Amino acid sequence: MSTKLTEDMLKAMPDSRGHFGAYGGRFVSETLMGTMLELEQQYLKLKADPDFQAQFDYDLAHYVGRPSPLYFAERLSRETGGAQIWLKREDLNHTGAHKVNNTIGQALLASFLGKKRIIAETGAGQHGVATATVCARLGLECHIYMGADDIKRQTLNVYRMKLLGATVHSVESGSRTLKDAMNEAMRDWVTNVDDTFYIIGTVAGPHPYPMLVRDFQAVIGREARAQSLEQAGKLPDALVACVGGGSNAIGLFHPFLTDESVAMYGVEAGGHGIDTGEHAAPLAAGRPGVLHGNRTYLMSDESGQISATHSVSAGLDYPGVGPEHSWLKDLGRVHYVSVTDDEALAGFRTLTSVEGIMPALESAHAVAYGVKLAAGMDAEQMVVVNVSGRGDKDIHTIAQLDGIEI
Amino acid sequence: MSRIEGVLTALKQQGKKALIPFITAGDPHPDQTVDIMHTLVDAGCDIIELGIPFSDPMADGPVIQLASERALEHGTTLKRVIEMVKTFRESNSTTPVVFMSYLNPIETMGFEAFADAAADAGLDGVLIVDLPPEEAGDVSPLLAARQLDSIFLLAPTTSDERIRAISTHSSGYVYYVSIKGVTGSASINVDEVADKVRHIQELTALPVGVGFGIRDAKTAAAVGQVSDGVIVGSVLVDTIARNQTQPDQLKAALQGLLSPMREALDALPAE
Ligand SMILES: Cc1ncc(COP(=O)(O)O)c(C=O)c1O
Repeated sequence: MSTKLTEDMLKAMPDSRGHFGAYGGRFVSETLMGTMLELEQQYLKLKADPDFQAQFDYDLAHYVGRPSPLYFAERLSRETGGAQIWLKREDLNHTGAHKVNNTIGQALLASFLGKKRIIAETGAGQHGVATATVCARLGLECHIYMGADDIKRQTLNVYRMKLLGATVHSVESGSRTLKDAMNEAMRDWVTNVDDTFYIIGTVAGPHPYPMLVRDFQAVIGREARAQSLEQAGKLPDALVACVGGGSNAIGLFHPFLTDESVAMYGVEAGGHGIDTGEHAAPLAAGRPGVLHGNRTYLMSDESGQISATHSVSAGLDYPGVGPEHSWLKDLGRVHYVSVTDDEALAGFRTLTSVEGIMPALESAHAVAYGVKLAAGMDAEQMVVVNVSGRGDKDIHTIAQLDGIEI
Repeated sequence: MSRIEGVLTALKQQGKKALIPFITAGDPHPDQTVDIMHTLVDAGCDIIELGIPFSDPMADGPVIQLASERALEHGTTLKRVIEMVKTFRESNSTTPVVFMSYLNPIETMGFEAFADAAADAGLDGVLIVDLPPEEAGDVSPLLAARQLDSIFLLAPTTSDERIRAISTHSSGYVYYVSIKGVTGSASINVDEVADKVRHIQELTALPVGVGFGIRDAKTAAAVGQVSDGVIVGSVLVDTIARNQTQPDQLKAALQGLLSPMREALDALPAE
C-alpha cells in the first residue's frame, strides 16, 4: 500500500525537530545539543543564501566534475532482455563515488562556521577519502575513524587518506566496522566540540544531518530527472540504488518522490541471506530503535543490543539506516529489497565484462537488483541504476575471492 | 516525596553531601552486582547509579566500554538488571537506585512495560544518556506516573535557557557532566566546575550532582564543596575490573576507594 506524496508533505519533512514521521529526531548527549541546534540554525540560513549555493554548485561543477553522465547501458540491456538499463555514473566523480557531493557541502558549512578541525567515520573508505580530499583542498585538519576490520579490507583507501594528509584512527572496539567507527567519531566530537566539525557520511546521525546530507546528495536525482527527460524524453519507470546509510539512494530518489509513475527500489545488503541472520538489511529484517542520534529501523536483538552485521561490502555493513528511508518504507513509497553477497559479486562481474564499468561492491548490489528488475519489465520501459562508486577499492577483495595475490 | 528527594533533602538538612557511585550492572558478572551494591552502601554511598550495558556506548570511554562488554558477555539484559534491583530491595529499602542507560534497550522493552517493571522492582530514577528532554515526551510521563524520577544531564555547553528548560523536565536531581568528553577522560578544572555549578544552582531549585572526572578523595571534596553530590564512575568501574578474578578482594578494594571519599565529603565545612 502506498500513500501519494505531495510537494507539501515533502517540504514538511523533516519537521522542526528533525522528525520524518515517527523517525529521525535528535538523540544525543546534552554536551552536543548546543552544537546541533547551532548547526541547524546556520544550515537553514546558508541553505537560503545564494552565495553558499553558488559556491556549492561551482565546486560540484569544477572540482567534482558534475553533472555525472546518465549512460544508456545498451549492451547490458540487450543481454538482460527487458527494460532499458541506464546508469547514473556517480563513479565518475572526483574521488570515485557520490560521497564527495556531501563532503563538499559539509566542508563549506564547516568553513562558514569557522571550524578548523574535521572528523569523519568511514566504512568502505570512500567517505574518508572524500573528506580527506576536501580537507586537503581547504587546509583543514582531518581525522578519520575506521573500524579495524575495514582497514584490512580497504587498504587502498586507507593509504589514499594518508597521502591526502589525514590521520586514520583504527577503531578496535565492538564489531570493528562502520558503526564502531561512528561511535568513536561521536566520542571525539563530545571531547572536541568547540573546534571540531563532524562530517557525517550518510543520511543518518542526529538532526540536521539526515536533512543536510540529503540536500547535498539530491543533486544526483535532480540531474538524473533532467537527463532522463532530455535523453530519453520521459521519466524513468524505476530507480534502483543501494542502501547502506542511504545517502546515494535518497539523493537519487528525493527529486522523484512526487512523480507517482516512478517506482523506487532501495537495495540493502543481504549478506549470506536474510534468513541466515548474517546480513545488513535493517529495513528488511529490523525493528525501530535509536542509534547514533536518530530513531530508525535497526538490527538489534530482543534486549535492545545492536546486532553484528555482515556484508561483503564495507560501505553497506551498518545495522541502521537513514530515518527518511524508514519513513518512506512505512509509507510504501519506496520498495526495500536485498541482494546477497554472491548476487552482488555476480553483478560486479556482469557490469565489468558487459559494459567495461567496474562498480564498487556497494553499487554492485544496485546493479544486481537492477538487472533482475529490468529482466521482468517491457522493452520500452526504463530503469535508472545508481552506480554510486567505482570498484578500484574492491579489486583486492575480488582478487582474494579468486584466490589471486595482488 | 520520592526516595531520591527524601535522601537528598535529609542530607541537605544535615549539611552533608551525597556520594553517588556508578557501576555497570552485570560487571564483572550479573551474579555479583547485588553484592557490590550492598558493599557500596556499606562504604557510605547514598544513591546508586546502575549502568545498563549497551553494545554501542557512545558517551563512554574505554573503562566503561569494557565493563559493558564483560556484562553483555555474561548475558546481562535490562530485564535481568531490573531483577537485580528487586533482589537488592529485599534487604535494602532506603538507598535510591537510578538506571543510567542508552535509550535503545528501554525502547526495545517498551516504555510502558519498562516503567511498570522498574516501578514494581523498586527503582527510583532513570537517566537516559542519549535522550534530551525534547525527545522524552514518550517516556517521562510514564515514569512520572509511577513516581520514578527523570534525571537529565547538563553539560558545560548547556545554555542558560536550556538549563532552565531541562530543570523543569527533571525531578530528583540534575546531573552536571563536568567535562566535555566521554566518561573516564581528562581531569577536571575544579574552579571552572565550581563556577558553573554555582551558576546552575541559581537557575534551578533541584539538587545538582556532578559527575565525570572524580577519581579520589581530593577531587570528591573539591566538587562536593560546591555541589549537592558527587558521582564516581570510571575509577570505580576500573577497580571492579582490576579485581574481577579475585572477588574476595573486591569488597576491600571498593571500600578502600570510597571510604576516603566519604570521609573527605563529611569533613567539608558546613555552608
Ligand atoms: C560507493 C558507495 N556506495 C554506497 C555506499 C553506502 O552509503 P550510502 O547508503 O549512504 O549511499 C558507500 C559507503 O561507503 C559507498 O562507498
